[in-house]
Amino acid sequence: MSGTNGQSQHNGQSQHNGQSQHNGQSQQSQSGTLNLTLRIWRQDGPDAKGGFVTFDAPGVSEDMSFLELLDIINERLIDEGGVPIEFDHDCREGICGTCSLMINGRAHGHEVATTTCQLHMRKFSDGDVITVEPFRAKAFPVVRDLVVDRSSFDRIIEAGGYISVNTGAVGDANLTPVPKEASDTSFDAAACIGCGACVAACPNSAAQLFTSAKLAHLNLIPQGQPQRWERTESMVETMEQFFGSCTNHGECTEACPKEISLDFIAFMNRDYVKAKIKNRKLAGQN
Amino acid sequence: MAPTATQAAGSAPVFKTKRPLPFPLNIYQSAIGRKWVMAWTGVGLLGFVIVHMIGNLHLYEGPSRMYEYAETLRDLGGGLLPRTLVLWIMRVGLLGMFLVHLHSAYTLKERSRLASQRAGFIGGAKKYESKRDYIAANYASRTMRWTGPIVGLYVLFHLADLTWGWWLGDAYVRGDPYHNVVESLSSIPVAILYVVANVALAVHIFHGTWSMFQTLGVNNPRYNGLRRNLATVLAGVILVGNLSFPVLVQAGLVDEDNRDCPINDTTGLECLAEAAEAH
Repeated sequence: MSGTNGQSQHNGQSQHNGQSQHNGQSQQSQSGTLNLTLRIWRQDGPDAKGGFVTFDAPGVSEDMSFLELLDIINERLIDEGGVPIEFDHDCREGICGTCSLMINGRAHGHEVATTTCQLHMRKFSDGDVITVEPFRAKAFPVVRDLVVDRSSFDRIIEAGGYISVNTGAVGDANLTPVPKEASDTSFDAAACIGCGACVAACPNSAAQLFTSAKLAHLNLIPQGQPQRWERTESMVETMEQFFGSCTNHGECTEACPKEISLDFIAFMNRDYVKAKIKNRKLAGQN
Repeated sequence: MAPTATQAAGSAPVFKTKRPLPFPLNIYQSAIGRKWVMAWTGVGLLGFVIVHMIGNLHLYEGPSRMYEYAETLRDLGGGLLPRTLVLWIMRVGLLGMFLVHLHSAYTLKERSRLASQRAGFIGGAKKYESKRDYIAANYASRTMRWTGPIVGLYVLFHLADLTWGWWLGDAYVRGDPYHNVVESLSSIPVAILYVVANVALAVHIFHGTWSMFQTLGVNNPRYNGLRRNLATVLAGVILVGNLSFPVLVQAGLVDEDNRDCPINDTTGLECLAEAAEAH
């Protein structure tokens, strides 16, 4: 899902910026533009040595998103015959989990509960120097520039992030009662978009928040019960092939654009030890 | 368009899966299980720290009461079990918990170091090329890997000082804890060392207490706020209690003016035993 930006996209956006420049700026400066300096991580490939490259970004509209700012810089780079900066992006409406970036030392920037694509330049001040770095963890190797390979998350999902029991023919509606609290909490967990900000923010490179959200999403509702213990053991142990160990700092939940709660990690810790005992009984050993 | 390198490097596991050991041991093989063991040993060690601090308050009752407390510990189990057997069982248990706590902490730290892209894990955190901005991680949580070893080294000194008597040398009187404590803490460097180590211990306990609830999965959104409060109160009480000893000895408020018995391991101990008998 990574890639450079097509020319057409830029044209569309620069028109958009022109039109909306004076909307919703009651508390902003009169000009509505910022002069910024960006220090962006550039790396030619997975094994290449990377480093920061400084770009000037004069006249940045406050209505741009952070990704649109990168688009503008890339447009200029292409015009100058340079190689555009690669970064991950897809939906640009905060729901796909594709965009990443450590912006000034924080995953997805300093705004609470916001993905990089929804981080607007009005949240920065004129003259700011913004440092942009890719998410870092051993299991998130840099592909190029700001793009990292987060397929280790796919390995965790493959290990049990689904329900695969036969459900037979379509049953009557409401045949399976789901307590309101359970469905609400499950939904809170299901809000995880798998962007990897938790791993990026974690000083231990642990993926507890992601895995626990994916587990709680299914383990809290009746439909998830048949595979609950198998799923818990399998997903946790797959996670542990890739990621570090949680020390309960709480950085993950602060970085999470979907504000997934640390409580899910406690839930996973409890379920994992239970699963080790239950699975042993299920296997008929005693 | 620039050439894009695509390879499935991200799907290669960082850690190898080990052959599972039989049931209770396989829990310790996983990081979450190991952390769970670390939390339980933490609970045990915390229990010891609390009891140890409260017991030491007998110091303020004078030499004979302190002597009586020490004797009571050796006589735990009453006349049913050999003298000092219960104490030794507790000591061995404590040492076991300490070693397991240490092993789990070290190996989990190594795991996190290897899982972070940069091997430079000094300061106990993954390194970015630019400055990290911490939001939730506090001083206590980020320094667990430093406060832990500080407390560990301090425990060794503490044993050499007051249990084995190596530090005090000839001034050490085996069986007269009041004298040994006052004698040792009267030295300014030792008092400073006790203060520094106990501050580290309190900081360690502050994060540890909150963290163990999370690790053990003791979590209820209704009471979660209380976990931080409990951590603050526990760390605070332990800090104040433990710091009171070096501070009051240095202030001259606890000294040996109040003793009626001589300081030696023959007549002195007999005199203390008589005084304790008289209580």
